[in-house]
Amino acid sequence: MPPRSSHAAHARLLDEVGSVDQVGIEERVAKFTTRSVKKEAKIWGLKTALSMTDLTTLEGKDTPGKIESLCRKAIHPHEGLVTPTVAAVCVYPSMVRHAKAGVGASGVKVASVATAFPSGQTHLKTRLAEVRGAVADGADEIDMVINRGAFLAGDFAQMEDEISEVLEACGAATLKVILEVSELETFDNIRKASFIAMGVLRPGDFIKTSTGKTTLNATLANNQVMIEAIRDFYLDTGIAIGMKPAGGIKTAKQSLHFLIAVKETLGDAWLNKKRYRFGASSLLNDLLRQLEKERTGAYQAPYSFSDASESY
Amino acid sequence: MSAQPKSRIPVTKTPKVYIGGAFVRSESARTFKVTDRSGAFFANIPQCTRKDLRNAVEAAAKAGPGWARRTPYNRAQILYRLAEMIEARSGELVASLVQFGARRADAEKGVAVGVDRMIHYAGWADKYAQLLGSVNPVSSAHFNFTVPEPMGVVGVVAPDSPPLLGLISMIAPVIASGNTVVALASETVPYPAVLLGEMLATSDLPGGVVNLLTGFRKELVPTFATHAQIRAIYASAGPDDRKALRLGAAASVKRVRFSGTEGAAWLNDAAQGLERIGDFVELKTTWHPIGA
Repeated sequence: MPPRSSHAAHARLLDEVGSVDQVGIEERVAKFTTRSVKKEAKIWGLKTALSMTDLTTLEGKDTPGKIESLCRKAIHPHEGLVTPTVAAVCVYPSMVRHAKAGVGASGVKVASVATAFPSGQTHLKTRLAEVRGAVADGADEIDMVINRGAFLAGDFAQMEDEISEVLEACGAATLKVILEVSELETFDNIRKASFIAMGVLRPGDFIKTSTGKTTLNATLANNQVMIEAIRDFYLDTGIAIGMKPAGGIKTAKQSLHFLIAVKETLGDAWLNKKRYRFGASSLLNDLLRQLEKERTGAYQAPYSFSDASESY
Repeated sequence: MSAQPKSRIPVTKTPKVYIGGAFVRSESARTFKVTDRSGAFFANIPQCTRKDLRNAVEAAAKAGPGWARRTPYNRAQILYRLAEMIEARSGELVASLVQFGARRADAEKGVAVGVDRMIHYAGWADKYAQLLGSVNPVSSAHFNFTVPEPMGVVGVVAPDSPPLLGLISMIAPVIASGNTVVALASETVPYPAVLLGEMLATSDLPGGVVNLLTGFRKELVPTFATHAQIRAIYASAGPDDRKALRLGAAASVKRVRFSGTEGAAWLNDAAQGLERIGDFVELKTTWHPIGA
C-alpha cells in the first residue's frame, strides 16, 4: 500500500539517512578543482580515467557498423599510444549482440541500458523483459533507471521492489542504478535515493548519476553527494557499492577532478574500474589527446583523435 | 562657499588580454611591469603562458568554421568596420604609442597607415579568390578549377617595432581569407595591442577570430611552433626564433612564413598586398566531370 502522505514518507527517510549540507558540499567540491596534478601523477590519472570509461553511444541513429567501430576504439583507443582498454562499451539493448561480437575476448565489458531508458515510464513487465533480453544477448552489465515518479511520490517500497526485480532479472550481470539526479531536484533526495538503491544492491553493483539525456548531468557536487552516501553506507554495512557519474564529463581535466573527489572521499580502494566508472562518449578522445600531449610535449589537434569535429 | 576640487583617488587600468571575445588575465595570474618612456611604472600586463596560448587556440578553432563560412563580402564589411573602430579611437592609440617612446609624428603616421591597411585588406576580402584561384586547362573531359581556402588557426608573432602597425599588418591579411588568429603582441610595447583588442571587441568581428596575447617571446615561441592545431605561423623573428619556429613546426608539418619587413618599412605600400593573403590559404583543385 502506498503511504498516504509522501511528505511524511520523505521526512521519515531523511531522518534515517541524514540530510546534505548543500553549501558545505559546494565549497568542498570547489576545492577539488584547485589541486595541481602534473607529470607522472597526471599520466597515471589520465590512464586510470581511461580504464574506467564506459564508452557510450545511445542514439536513435546507432547502427551495427557504428557499434563495431566503437568496439574497435574501446579495445585499441589510439595508434601509437600504450594505454589500457576502456572498461566497457555502453549501448542500447538491440545493439548488445553486435557489441558482444565487437569486443570479443578483449576483456572489454558490454553494458546495456535497459528498463525503458531514459524515462523508465512503461510497465514493469516490459522493463524486466528488456533486461532479460539484454542479458540473454550477452550484456555483462545493465544500466537501469529508477522509477522517479514512485520516488517523488514517496512510494519508496515500489522503487525498492522494482530495483530488486531488475536485480533478479540481471542474473550474474552487474547492475548500475541510474538515479537521474536532475529529476530528483535536491541533494537530500539524491542521498535518499542512493540509500534506497544501495540497500538492495550486491557488492560490486553501481549507482549512477544520470542518463545523459536531460539538461543537468553529472557534476562534482552531485557526484560528491553520492560518493559520501557510498562511504557512509560502507561504514555502516561493510558493503562496497561502485559509482558511475555519467553525462557532461567531456574533458580530461574534469575527469581528474572527479578522481580527486574519489581519492579524498572514498580512498584508493575505489580508484579502479571495479568501483568507479565514467559514462562518456567524448571524454575518451580528450584523454587520449592529453596523453599524447604528455608523450610528445606538443599540444595536439582534436581532429587527430577520430573526432567528428570540423577540420578546422 | 565655493566648491573646492576634491582630490580623486586615481583610477588605473588593469590591462587584460583579448581571448575568445573576452578580456581575461593570464591563467597563471602572472604579470610583468611595463614602464613608460620616462621610466615610470605604467601597468602590470598579463604574462601569458603556454596554457593561455592553448586556450586561445581552442577559442580560435571554435570561431574558425563560422568565420570561414561567412561570405567574402561580409568579411570585407567587418574588416572595414574594424578600420572605423580604430579610426574613431586613433587619438588614444597615438597617445599610447607616444607614451611608450614613439615620436608624435611617427605615431600619427603609423596609426593612419594601420587604418588604411585594414581597409586595404577589407577591399581584398572579396577579390583575392578570383586572383589566387584559377580555371585550369586539362586534356580530359573535366572542368578543372582551383580555389583558395582558409588554413585554420594561424599563429602571428608581431614585431617589437612598430608595435601596433606591425601587429595590424600581420593580422589583417590572415583573417581576410577566413583564417583565425592567435597573435603574440610586442614584448617591449604591449599596451597598444591591449587597446587594439578593445577595438576588436566593439567591431563586428566574432569573438575568437582574433586572440591577442601579451608576454615573453622566449616562453611562447616554442609552443607556437609545436602546437599541432596551429596550421601556420606568420612571424617577425630574429635568427634564434626563426630556427626554433622552423624546427618546432616540422613535426606538425606547419607552414612558416617570416615577415622580412623592418622598422619604418612597415609604412610602405610594399608591406601589404595579395601575396600576404596568398601565404595563408590552401589551394583546392577540383576535377569536375563534363560531357565530352
